[in-house]
Amino acid sequence: MSRPTGDRSPRDLVGGAPRERYALRFDGRELTAESGQSIAAVLWSAGILAWRTTRDGGAPRGAFCGIGSCYDCLVTVNGRPNQRACLVPARAGDTVTTQEGTGRADLAV
Amino acid sequence: MPKRSSLDAVIVGAGVVGAACAYYATRAGLRVAVIDRGSVAGGTTGAGEGNLLVSDKEAGPELDLALLSAGLWRELAAALPHEIEYEDKGGLVVAPDEASLEALRSFAKGQRAAGVTAVEAGAGDLRELEPHLAPGLAGGFHYPQDAQVQPAQAAARLLAASAAEGALVHLGEEVTGLVVERGTVRGVRTRTRELLAPAVVNAAGTWGGRIAELAGTTLPVLPRRGFVLVTEPLPRVVRHKVYAADYIADVASGSAALQSSAVVEGTPSGPVLIGATRERVGFDRSLSVAALRRLASQAAALFPVLADVRVLRTYHGFRPYLPDHLPAIGPDPRVPGLLHACGHEGAGIGLAPATGVLIAAALSGAEPPLDPAPFKPDRPFGREPGPQGQQP
Repeated sequence: MSRPTGDRSPRDLVGGAPRERYALRFDGRELTAESGQSIAAVLWSAGILAWRTTRDGGAPRGAFCGIGSCYDCLVTVNGRPNQRACLVPARAGDTVTTQEGTGRADLAV
Repeated sequence: MPKRSSLDAVIVGAGVVGAACAYYATRAGLRVAVIDRGSVAGGTTGAGEGNLLVSDKEAGPELDLALLSAGLWRELAAALPHEIEYEDKGGLVVAPDEASLEALRSFAKGQRAAGVTAVEAGAGDLRELEPHLAPGLAGGFHYPQDAQVQPAQAAARLLAASAAEGALVHLGEEVTGLVVERGTVRGVRTRTRELLAPAVVNAAGTWGGRIAELAGTTLPVLPRRGFVLVTEPLPRVVRHKVYAADYIADVASGSAALQSSAVVEGTPSGPVLIGATRERVGFDRSLSVAALRRLASQAAALFPVLADVRVLRTYHGFRPYLPDHLPAIGPDPRVPGLLHACGHEGAGIGLAPATGVLIAAALSGAEPPLDPAPFKPDRPFGREPGPQGQQP
């Protein structure tokens, strides 16, 4: 048996195709999502690796564990901060924005 | 014959009270050992919010203790590492209506006579003090002396400071018996050894009744369960410790039924803490959705902005309470060599330094800074309320 070569994905190997493709926006930029993808998968597919900054120091963060455990991939989805990008399914028309710190700076007193 | 001991006292319990006893005893030149079956702050201390409150205490012995402690915590904040997260943020007690505001006024009048600073805030002032507070409140009182620490850090740093001055700390070692000779306590016994000292301090918190039992006496300390909600990290949305006037009635209540009145506060690390329920259900560790739901809705009623904030987790603990809601502090006249420093209910973090100072004075024969008589461990407690918890 030959091994897969190049950038063939497991889906390519089984001849799969997404049921549908749709658009969502990330920081004003239009991205294409495939049904079943998480938001993190959509962002990664577009080459975007960071979509949050830390509360202390503003360091960039993206997906780390990818399975909902580490809370590193928090992002603001449709205005709601602290969503785990690796778990939240991408939906048509979603507005995803980079989360700065807590994502709720507007509440500070 | 047991060999002579170089210790002046063994302190049972590495919670904040035991740690404060060790701290002040060590500073008084005494050599102490702290022993705990678990870890530092492994019991009620680690399950608290770190309240250092004078606002919720009516004029009387507990308030005197709290005021003494408030000054001591200010000193400790300067002496201990900043990780204890001491914040002199002040408290704000709010009244939903005029009747409850009037009750707060007479409560504050008594407190002022005892040395508390209590400033009445009108309905308009409230929004200035706390911009996110719900509209429609009648007014409230601002208590600038209320403060906060991170309780587990506070206990650990007190203990570390004591150890640096020679105190011994034995963790993960359970006291299984007391060494008693002709009715006098001479030390503690664990599974592997004896620690001998002319004094044993019972700082076992909610489990203090068991230490009393091992000494052949009684102290009716019982658990009063409390839940705390922890929200996702937020910027500073709550400046003070904010709670509704009915919290004071809940604290003083002797009822076994579930009581809750939200105490809302921000923390340096971001999450807002929402305490606290009170119920007497023994040492039942099961989650009470009813209690959490009530707490959450009360917090959202005080601060509507919280309705849209997620709760990340909840924790609970067992406050050690005595039937008259005062701690037991000082030598037990029934058993020479035994001292108690437990039963502080939900105020143990706040009252720890004053307790430590009283215990250090009792151990060293120094003049106590206030009259310890109201906290006598052998005072009559009257009938013991049920249901009682099994000591785990």
